[in-house]
Amino acid sequence: MTYVTKPKFHHPELPKNELGYTHRDYEGSVSTLCAGCGHDSISASIIEACFELSIAPHRVAKLSGIGCSSKTPTYFLGNSHGFNSVHGRMPSVLTGANLANRDLIYLGVSGDGDSASIGFGQFAHAIRRGVNMAYIVENNGVYGLTKGQFSATADRGSKSKRGIINNDSAIDLVGIALQLGATFIARSFSGDKKQLTPLIKAAIEHEGAAFIDVISPCVAFNNHAGSTKSFDYVREHNEAVNRLDFITGRAPIKVDYAPGSVETVEQHDGSTITLRKLDSDYDVHDRLAAMSFLQHHAAKGQIVTGLLYVAAEAEDLHGRLNTVEAPLNALGEKELCPGSTVLDKINASLR
Amino acid sequence: MPIQSVNDFVVRFANVNGSGSASANELFARSVLRMGIPVAPRNIFPSNIQGLPTWYEVRISEAGHLGARGGTDLMVAMNPQTWDQDVAGIEPGGYLFYDSTKPLPKSKFRDDITVIGVPLTAISNREYTDPRQRQLFKNIIYVGALAALLDMDIGEMEKLIAEQFKGKEKLFDANKHALDLGRDWVMMNLHHPIGLRLKRANAVGDRIFIEGNSAAALGAVYGGATVCAWYPITPSSSLADAFTGHCNRLRVDPATKQNKFAIIQAEDELASIGIVIGAAWNGARAFTATSGPGISLMQEFVGLAYFAEIPAVIFDVQRAGPSTGMPTRTQQTDIISAAYASHGDTKHVLLFPEDPAEAFEFAAAAFDLADRLQTPIFVMLDLDIGMNHRLSRPLTWDDSRKFDRGKVMTAAILEAGREFGRYLDVDGDGIPYRTLPGTHPTQGSFFTRGTSRDRYARYTEEGPAYADNMQRLLRKFETAKDLVPRPLQANAKKPTKYGVIYFGSTSPAMDEAIELLEATGHMLNRLRVRAFPFHSSVTSFIGEHDFVFVVEQNRDSQLRSLIVNECSIDPVRLVPILHYDGTPITARFISRAIADHLDALKVTPLRKGKVVS
Repeated sequence: MTYVTKPKFHHPELPKNELGYTHRDYEGSVSTLCAGCGHDSISASIIEACFELSIAPHRVAKLSGIGCSSKTPTYFLGNSHGFNSVHGRMPSVLTGANLANRDLIYLGVSGDGDSASIGFGQFAHAIRRGVNMAYIVENNGVYGLTKGQFSATADRGSKSKRGIINNDSAIDLVGIALQLGATFIARSFSGDKKQLTPLIKAAIEHEGAAFIDVISPCVAFNNHAGSTKSFDYVREHNEAVNRLDFITGRAPIKVDYAPGSVETVEQHDGSTITLRKLDSDYDVHDRLAAMSFLQHHAAKGQIVTGLLYVAAEAEDLHGRLNTVEAPLNALGEKELCPGSTVLDKINASLR
Repeated sequence: MPIQSVNDFVVRFANVNGSGSASANELFARSVLRMGIPVAPRNIFPSNIQGLPTWYEVRISEAGHLGARGGTDLMVAMNPQTWDQDVAGIEPGGYLFYDSTKPLPKSKFRDDITVIGVPLTAISNREYTDPRQRQLFKNIIYVGALAALLDMDIGEMEKLIAEQFKGKEKLFDANKHALDLGRDWVMMNLHHPIGLRLKRANAVGDRIFIEGNSAAALGAVYGGATVCAWYPITPSSSLADAFTGHCNRLRVDPATKQNKFAIIQAEDELASIGIVIGAAWNGARAFTATSGPGISLMQEFVGLAYFAEIPAVIFDVQRAGPSTGMPTRTQQTDIISAAYASHGDTKHVLLFPEDPAEAFEFAAAAFDLADRLQTPIFVMLDLDIGMNHRLSRPLTWDDSRKFDRGKVMTAAILEAGREFGRYLDVDGDGIPYRTLPGTHPTQGSFFTRGTSRDRYARYTEEGPAYADNMQRLLRKFETAKDLVPRPLQANAKKPTKYGVIYFGSTSPAMDEAIELLEATGHMLNRLRVRAFPFHSSVTSFIGEHDFVFVVEQNRDSQLRSLIVNECSIDPVRLVPILHYDGTPITARFISRAIADHLDALKVTPLRKGKVVS
């Protein structure tokens, strides 16, 4: 259903940004995710961030892997080129795209299965190479499209909708990104637009590897622990799609809390996440302190959100490779082909 | 009777890996070349860094035969580990050159060969005290000794050393001295020259001496590649290394000292091809270099590039498989896995260069083809072409040539109101137009995906739309048949009902085999296939002959299977001639195998004599 386009007409007095674009110019097709999905809230934040930044929509390239999260680039920035690549491999495709044209903005959208499980390696290597990108992981701890299996970010001891206990240790992508040298690292929550939108704006503006881990609850597979309306029940009756449709109408979780406070959020399945907003005196330029802060609060069962680390002076892959200022894809024969005279000299040196 | 031969014999150096012998052996081969005599050197080496046996075989052939010949006329046995094997490998009447510092029992030798002992270690130890110098100069000493034994022009060796150590007089003097030590010892102590001799000739012409990997990398530079992503794997690593070297010399902006290229050593082959696809999607010419195991790893991405129609160039420097196989041995063994790479219905364009000159040409052409066809292009090299210096016609470039960027819609075209459908076949050739990211604020954007889509790149699972797209991809493949390098046909001196098809590195051995076969009255027309999909001339060539031999370097006759499958040929018509032990195919092997078949069929009315052995 992603070919369903939204109607073009809109209110004549919609606010315009510096470039004269309205909010509508940053939207995409109608979302096909479950109503109430946290991912749609993230898409809304991306749209708002790009609108507020007055980015020309076509100057963004949006790349993703496979999964619910990776479908979302269809639902925002309809005038941008998008690339839904293969599972877990968005980082390499984005790296190549970035090498070809350093002048565009690269938005990488991925999920916890895509980045922490199958694509853990590519996530790590794109981060450590310092690719200039905003890398957003929409993190719900489960595989939605394949009906609710644990992903590698699911906490040890957590219970799936099917009642299975996860025995494996969780991968904390923020902790990994800190260790790998990302120069912008944040965590947020899909229901906290006030926090998330500014973080996305900052990540886009950051010239280096920017990573945002966004906790984004799954309304379909985190909502009925132990319920008879379980995945197994649905599969037995071969009506999975219809059951999913039945979920529509649930409102996305919203949360609003003051800096420095701790807030407990009830998820759709009744489980709770404890969110801690960063202290106002937190030093975002201290990588070691960020690691320690993160671990300290994780031990207490708290998930730290906000901007966790930003390097004062970031360097990106093009800087490291010392590439020319012009995009490589704009270079032609004159710049790239050494010609026959040079070739004759090369021949002479090989005799 | 000792072999007597001028400018036509095989010298094989048996060394220990990591002993510094490579540069000394190359000095020998280049000296022969400088005397105007064609050489074809081949490295035979283990998957190891130090300590295991390694061989360097130099075929010297004034007639210009550059394929491996098989057999050894002069063995330079510098490795005690492989002594027995090396001595056994010498042709009857051949020569054995060895380090006679330590006496060896008579049982270690053969009666039917000429044994030449030079106390290399003793000479070297007398002259040098540093252990590393003793080892390195021992290698140069044996080259000097060979110069006297084979009646070579030592002046050519000195010139080569001078070129190598230009501006480093001390090193030049030291190396020249070591050469003289070897030569002088032979001149004073041994009967020389021996029956194998080198006589200045004029058979090299303007040809160049280059490795296929280096030539392919240079082709990538000329073809406009700006992004290279790769993962180290033998025998392809030297292609990426060569590209790096070429770019550092040819692609640095002289004013800003900034690079007009980006090279990434990726974390694995999946990332390598992912980077290539991302870059090519965004309009840069990009490639990766790999070998069989890398092709296996890239399968999923190759299918994406095929289905989403993204250009990509993949150099596959083939080695012996399956699995890790024999990483340092040559084969033509990825034909099927490359042609049909990935799940679902997929087919890919393959190019089969025969030598460095074609590796250069096909490499440059691959980037035009990838952009024109919007699909992955495999350049199928192998270890024999890629990692050995090969005498090759000079590389040429037409300065009026422009990069063919294929069907790319610009902002101006979109503004002019041309309809854009990413997967719309507007020209009937199956090739749609694409736009590059960032082209236009409101037009021409689309979503690239590996899922099924309609002509306007909109996701769909509608059967007819899916089938329509798959049919268009087939039309595009048909279009490719006339764009890729055509097969080259060469007919026998006399009319014949028999033909032979071959490709890639088999070429020099095949040319020589034809001479051997024709000398015994076997006439064969030959067709060198240079690309897949096959041009219609492949089918017609087979149609014109009763039987066609298909010569290839793999066990399962992969090219033959591809011909049977794609051209709907009766398999009985195609007789496989297969060589797959990891050594390069030889003219002796081909001519014997084909002659045996023809004899068995009793179809050789023109046969005059026995097959040359």
